Amino acid sequence: MQMNTKFKPLENVPLNADPSPRAISICAEKVNVFYGEKQALFDIDLNVGANEVTSLIGPSGCGKSTFLRCMNRMNDTIDTCRVSGKITLDGEDIYSRDIDVVELRARVGMVFQKPNPFPKSIFENVAYGPRIHGLAHTKTDLERIVVTSLQKAGLFEEVKDRLQQPGTSLSGGQQQRLCIARAIAVQPEVILMDEPCSALDPIATAIVEELIDELRQNYTIVIVTHSMQQAARVSQQTAFFHLGNLVETGPTEKIFTTPDDPRTESYITGRIG
Amino acid sequence: MSILNIFFLVAAIGVSGYFLGRARAKNVSGGDLSKLHSLPGYAGAYVFLWATIPSVLFLAAWLMAAPFMLENTVRTGFPQTEQDTSENNQNLSMGMVRSLAGGLREFSVDERLGLPKIFEEIGPKLNERGIVLGSNGQDFMIDAAYTLIALQDKSRFWLTVIAITTSFIGAVWALSRIAIRLRARNQVETIILAGLIAASSIAVLSTIGIFLSMVAESGRFFASVPPMEFLFGTVWDPRFAAADNPGATGQFGLIPLLAGTIYIALVAMIVAVPIGLFAAIYMAEYASSRTRAIVKPLLEVLAGIPTIVYGFFALVTVGPLLRDISAQIAGIATGDGASFIQAQSVLTAGLVMGVMLIPFVSSLSDDVITQVPASMREGSLGLGATRSETMVRVLLPAALPGIVGALLLTGSRAIGETMIVVLAAGVAARLTLNPFEPMTTVTVKIVNQLTGDLEFTSPQTLVAFALGMTLFFITLGLNVYALYIVRKYREQYE
Amino acid sequence: MTDSSASNSRQKRDFGLKRRYAAERRFRLFGQAAIGVGLFFLAALLFTVFSKGYTAFGQTSLNLDITFDAQLIDKNNARATDPDVLLTPNYAVLARDALAMKLGLGKLSSKDRKLVDGIISNGTKVQLRDMVMANPAIIGTTQNIWILAEADIDSANKGQIDLSVDEKRRKVSDRQLEWMAQLKADGTLAQRFNFGLFRNGASSRPEMAGLGAAMIGSLYMMLIVLVLALPIGVAASIYLEEFAPKNRFTDIIEVNINNLAAVPSIVFGLLGLALFINFAGLPRSASLVGGLVLTLMTLPTIIIATRAALKAVPPSIRSAALGIGASRMQMVFHHVLPLAAPGVLTGTIIGLAQALGETAPLLLIGMVAFITDAPVTPLDPATALPVQIFMWANEAERAFVERTSGAIIVLLMFLAVMNITAILLRKHFERRW
Repeated sequence: MQMNTKFKPLENVPLNADPSPRAISICAEKVNVFYGEKQALFDIDLNVGANEVTSLIGPSGCGKSTFLRCMNRMNDTIDTCRVSGKITLDGEDIYSRDIDVVELRARVGMVFQKPNPFPKSIFENVAYGPRIHGLAHTKTDLERIVVTSLQKAGLFEEVKDRLQQPGTSLSGGQQQRLCIARAIAVQPEVILMDEPCSALDPIATAIVEELIDELRQNYTIVIVTHSMQQAARVSQQTAFFHLGNLVETGPTEKIFTTPDDPRTESYITGRIG
Repeated sequence: MSILNIFFLVAAIGVSGYFLGRARAKNVSGGDLSKLHSLPGYAGAYVFLWATIPSVLFLAAWLMAAPFMLENTVRTGFPQTEQDTSENNQNLSMGMVRSLAGGLREFSVDERLGLPKIFEEIGPKLNERGIVLGSNGQDFMIDAAYTLIALQDKSRFWLTVIAITTSFIGAVWALSRIAIRLRARNQVETIILAGLIAASSIAVLSTIGIFLSMVAESGRFFASVPPMEFLFGTVWDPRFAAADNPGATGQFGLIPLLAGTIYIALVAMIVAVPIGLFAAIYMAEYASSRTRAIVKPLLEVLAGIPTIVYGFFALVTVGPLLRDISAQIAGIATGDGASFIQAQSVLTAGLVMGVMLIPFVSSLSDDVITQVPASMREGSLGLGATRSETMVRVLLPAALPGIVGALLLTGSRAIGETMIVVLAAGVAARLTLNPFEPMTTVTVKIVNQLTGDLEFTSPQTLVAFALGMTLFFITLGLNVYALYIVRKYREQYE
Repeated sequence: MTDSSASNSRQKRDFGLKRRYAAERRFRLFGQAAIGVGLFFLAALLFTVFSKGYTAFGQTSLNLDITFDAQLIDKNNARATDPDVLLTPNYAVLARDALAMKLGLGKLSSKDRKLVDGIISNGTKVQLRDMVMANPAIIGTTQNIWILAEADIDSANKGQIDLSVDEKRRKVSDRQLEWMAQLKADGTLAQRFNFGLFRNGASSRPEMAGLGAAMIGSLYMMLIVLVLALPIGVAASIYLEEFAPKNRFTDIIEVNINNLAAVPSIVFGLLGLALFINFAGLPRSASLVGGLVLTLMTLPTIIIATRAALKAVPPSIRSAALGIGASRMQMVFHHVLPLAAPGVLTGTIIGLAQALGETAPLLLIGMVAFITDAPVTPLDPATALPVQIFMWANEAERAFVERTSGAIIVLLMFLAVMNITAILLRKHFERRW
């Protein structure tokens, strides 16, 4: 698709579109992140391919979540946080001055560690994003977007009779799928997931993992996870972080079977972490 | 056009700008809102802000500057004889011109032509319309007043034209800017953010306002009374200059007032601290949650009662009661039924103020005590200490800095309290150690000096600002120090 | 930590338990006593106010058949051409005659006349005059109306005058007491609900003094405080809590607000006097100035409460909103602020309640004024509920003590309603995350 210098994200989305635009790739070059004096990430270079699930793994405090939050500039909310280097979304530097973070976050959705539905109805939770971004022109449009998003998140059948009930009344796993539906509703190109299953029980986790695999068809997905089994199950690419460094990256299968770096091997086999 | 009308007109332009902007944004989007950078509502708000803010700012600036400029012009037209007089005199003349002009506005333009041009004759005419002028006017002022009216009308005309044009241009310009990529939301939000910042600086501005007004007015006071005489004088006797004795300025000694203030605050603290502290301890350590749920709000009711009610309570109940009791005691002890406690006394005021302060001490201390980590308490109980031992030897020492901070805050409140002392402490400024006699306080004297008919130039009224400044600095010092201690204390356990 | 006294005999170690438990009980007792004393004072205060004040809601009145004698009111029958003639007659005579007739007294001796006059309120003549002015047609007719009794009679009727005192030293004579008994028996003299307390303005006569003007003044000030302090306070809190970078400037604002909350209220009065009256030239005694001063005082309370409410909204809500591309403004106004609204409202009501009871600063800006008519605009001279209480508390007359207590009851009722609303709001909307 033709892109001029101006940022025109959703221009080619047809009216009443199925909320699944084409997925795109992310490319990070020499990314350094500082919290005040403390450096949290060192010279990260990483390519995230389109229509792939890339998982970021590594021990706690290794910087994987920080890196994830760099990709939709959620780190902007922390006063002391400074980012240098370049992250490009489909060739465009997301830290450049004429990028509007709000637009960026509409393109790069995020699902958080703990399910965080708004204390509003299920419908309103999903409808909020399309509303503020002007994605729906009529009430029917809005309803269609909500329904398709809930369907894609695999939640619709469970909640179709109680869309007006508060989102907080759902179970943990359902809440997390609601949050995924909420992210999808904005028609993002990339979805970032920050340990999306860490607060869920094994059954809910399995459902969400299945969902992630399905979503790969339409979105580029980056997932931070603590669980190596999860990384192995859902992702095609894996990046291993350690103490703020990106140690190794490659196809998931290779990382888990024949890693190049001894640190990766120690982590995989449970010696660090 | 009146200011209010201009204002409404600008607002109307703004509101129509909002709707036009919204419609235009919808239009340029070609039906697909997601193409737009910002939702149409933001485009509307963008036009509204451009239509109103520059215009209103202009309006405000003009309204503030215009009177000075107009009057200056009028003043330069004063006859030479007038220009030679003192600045003060010219100000007075200008005031007369101003009221003359105001009076003449009561007449229609045609009527004004028929009015006399001689001051003595125009006075009665104005009187008929209910306008009363001073008697010391001169004829030139009438001309000056007409000049002023003419200038004012001209100023108002141009104000109207420019304000409305500005608003209109702003609206048109903003409308022309509306495009798919216009970041209307960001710009509107920047304006909102500026508004938020302005709101939060009001808190700072009012502190600066307090400080400046105190300093300025006290400065005028210290111009006639030396600061040393005020700060260290032991006699308070601010006589108003009487007609037969204009030289009498009275004495403005702060010491007796300060002594009374501190003495009464001390009595109040002696009442409030033990009661409040023990109540807090009982509540934190012994009370069942049910008792707590009932007693705590009840004690807090004491804090919610306006101080004027405490003052009344002191005046009609506690004061007379203390007086009667002391008469009884005197009767038993000496056979002489004279009461030795006066109805208005340090004791009365202190006692009632103490009651008012109980909830402050108890709730502040309660917060502090419950902030001590549970592990400390458990550690002590685990060694076999009783609850009172734990409280006295572990929790209270650990909580001490916080409690001291709480007490300082309470003390500052006692010093600044007004209504109780106004009604219960008396007005006689004197130095005594007898708590059964009346004393007076800084706050009482501020009220006394500033109620009634005032003239803002006499030291008798200006002294109130010097007293206020003293009060402000004392309480500020106590508060800053107390808040500092409390903050440090919190950080220790966080 | 505890120094267990060290007599360490093997069989029976003595920890001094008896002594220590005694100390424990003593300690506990002190606590209970402290709470007892606090509650006692609360009870004493409320008891004083209510026992002295509840009678203020009733007012002794007289039901008389008053003949509007044309001969007395308009001897020359000139009212058609000059209505002002109706202003001058001594209407008090009408009431006096009516009462004398009711009492069955014939021609009054001068001593009796004084005693009869002493039963009727001074305000009656104004009341009768206003009736005539409003409707001159009643001249020449006889109307059955209620008029107020004089304050001392009211006190005597409420049993507030010690009748054992020698007649010469009390305000109501034995003769008047006899008449009162007689009037009471035939239903002429009765206690009626005191609407005047809520309707009338200031008066030097206790039976006619009311809170009407003061309540309007207080209402204006509360409206001004609400309109100014709530938006400014909320805006300031939003900036400080959600947008402000952590730097020196915001630190100063922070310390500033905490200090401002502890500045004595009277200092705000001085500020108002210097800034709004002397400098800005606003009128003295106006409720606008009072409202502005109270706004500055209430602002810190609202800011502190609002910030606490904003803080209580969990950060996950903020991330959720930002994560789907809401701007910070949208995050605050669509999600955080609505969730914090109950807390904001509670804080505002509590701040308003504080402002409603505040007296000292209002004294300095000239609201100690004798206001007989309710202010029409916020620029008119006005007074406020607590200031009216202050002025009545300084009146010497016995009947004003009752009036003062009554006014305090009214004030406390308003405060109670506000605080209970705040508590209910908090209870109802309390949210656990």
